[in-house]
Amino acid sequence: MDEPLLSIQDLKVDFSTNRGLVRAIRGVSFAIRKGETLALVGESGCGKSVTAHSITRLIPTPPGRITGGKILFEGVDLLQIPEPKLRDLRGSRISMIFQEPMTSLNPVFPIGSQIMDVLLTHTKMKKVDARAKALSLLELVKIPAPERRFKSYPHQLSGGMRQRVMIALALASPNPGLMIADEPTTALDVTIQAQILALLEDLKEKIGMALLLITHDMGVVAEVADRVAVMYAGRVVEEGEVFRIFENPSHPYTRGLLESLPSNPLYKETKRLKAIPGSVPDMITLGEGCPFANRCPLVRPECTLAFPEPTTLDTDHKVWCYAIEEEPVL
Amino acid sequence: MGRLILRRIVQLIPTLFGVVTLAFFMLALSPGDPARVMLGERASQARLDELRTQLGLDRPLIEQYGLYLSRVVQFDFGTSIKSGRAVTEEIADLFPATVELALAAMVFASFTGIVLGVLAARKKNSLLDTASMAAALIGVSMPVFWLALVMIMIFSVGLNLFPTGGRMNIRYYFTPITGFYLLDGFIVLLREGDPKYLMSALHHLVLPAVALGTIPLAIIARVTRSSMLEVLGQDYIKTAKSSGIPDFKITFVYALRNALLPVVTVIGIQFGLLLSGAILTETIFAWPGIGKWLYHAIEARDYPAVQGGIIVISTVFVLINLLVDLLYSVINPRIRLQ
Repeated sequence: MDEPLLSIQDLKVDFSTNRGLVRAIRGVSFAIRKGETLALVGESGCGKSVTAHSITRLIPTPPGRITGGKILFEGVDLLQIPEPKLRDLRGSRISMIFQEPMTSLNPVFPIGSQIMDVLLTHTKMKKVDARAKALSLLELVKIPAPERRFKSYPHQLSGGMRQRVMIALALASPNPGLMIADEPTTALDVTIQAQILALLEDLKEKIGMALLLITHDMGVVAEVADRVAVMYAGRVVEEGEVFRIFENPSHPYTRGLLESLPSNPLYKETKRLKAIPGSVPDMITLGEGCPFANRCPLVRPECTLAFPEPTTLDTDHKVWCYAIEEEPVL
Repeated sequence: MGRLILRRIVQLIPTLFGVVTLAFFMLALSPGDPARVMLGERASQARLDELRTQLGLDRPLIEQYGLYLSRVVQFDFGTSIKSGRAVTEEIADLFPATVELALAAMVFASFTGIVLGVLAARKKNSLLDTASMAAALIGVSMPVFWLALVMIMIFSVGLNLFPTGGRMNIRYYFTPITGFYLLDGFIVLLREGDPKYLMSALHHLVLPAVALGTIPLAIIARVTRSSMLEVLGQDYIKTAKSSGIPDFKITFVYALRNALLPVVTVIGIQFGLLLSGAILTETIFAWPGIGKWLYHAIEARDYPAVQGGIIVISTVFVLINLLVDLLYSVINPRIRLQ
């Protein structure tokens, strides 16, 4: 296996709140190879976004603090390099798009000049060339009449259009390596969602960049991801190739997630949707053990004491669970 | 844009009408008799009646009002009781001095206030933030006349750094060109290469401008800080950061442009209020502007002068508000299209 583009190793992030220290990320590890799409899946509050924001150190500090781990991007630990070096990477090699296209673009500047600004920050382009490049980016993300839209302000565009502009902004670099998309379609309606996902897929192919897709939507995962990392309460509990995860979900939480889907690929005959009993643990009082222990049907005494080491099930399928040997293979 | 401006100017008419009406009736209904003031305590009844007829004070109030309106429309505010000169003429003479002082105070207050506010917001809860906001609180709480007196005591009398009053070294026998002494001094510098007038005008302007600008400065700094704090938490700032835009540019271009909206409103309001503050400051610093003149006019019950002064200052206030509204649409494209 070749060197991964991005490798996160045992990342830990804390937030201090009025109620106490929230250990939001408790040792997350996963890797993305060049040109691949990894979906980071989990429910709200499980730490998906915090993980994504940690990659380019965009966690608001305080209250947040990265307390441990490594984030290797092309072999360089992003947590160790000085701020100016990291800034050079942001927007040029690693770019981000966010959940809220309505508020993610600066309302007082025309979209064209916002894209040009990023280009001019990262290259020694002349203004004329930056303009031409910005126009071609708008065209690339399939904005109709880009020449006319260039001078539009964000409020003059629909949500879908704005998300396209966000993508163009994220691509405004001579050499994009990784795009982090934090729930890019959550705020859009379903038809637009499909268009944006198709666009992301298409661009990924064309440009050859890797995509870290953060989502809680298993349908989206099935559609675009090559690999999946499932997160629960600040931990990755299962990671692997998308087909292996869908065919052989090995962590009880992953199985619970899939069973709660209406178009469940596992149990096609199921009439009633299953829900996972219980609720997400309080991240302040949660102990060292497996965070899923209090809801898990296969819970054992050791589960509450320490988080398990990963078990490799296949060449590209890992699961963090004590109960793995006992599970029925589906 | 042109239509917007035109519409706003038309909307000014009722406001200005109200101003004139208020100025007229407030003084007409206040106790005291202008004729008596002009002629003194011992004037004969016959002389008083003669002057009343001459000034039109014997006619019904509503008729006086109609006459006054018709003259104001032609920029005729009557004749000053005290000096016997046309009020319009006097105001025209003094207005540049006030505008110069107010502009200087406002430039000082806006620039310093915005910079302080931005720095405080960027370093929230730091020593700089706490110190500058505490200073701003003190600034807001200080009466302007008291501050002016203290500044004269410290910087003029005590340290001898600045003159105590006036606009120009009286030994220069300076004849104004435009009435704006800074501009005049600059013109002389260009024409004759002599910077002494410009320097002297500047030297005289510093203390009154700082005194007059302190309260607006404090308010502007506080508003800028809170507005910046709100903007810095917005999603588009996160976008700019994740795009690798340098911090300096994010703060002063991406964020400040958005944060400026409420600040511009405050600057506009403060500019208007500052004109009334100028009455005290000008009096204390012997600044020959409208404020000092109005102060003496009120003291002398010089009704036409007071009315004219009120109308002019109110009109400037209204015009500044118009300017602020138009500035809005320049800063904020979302307003432009409505």
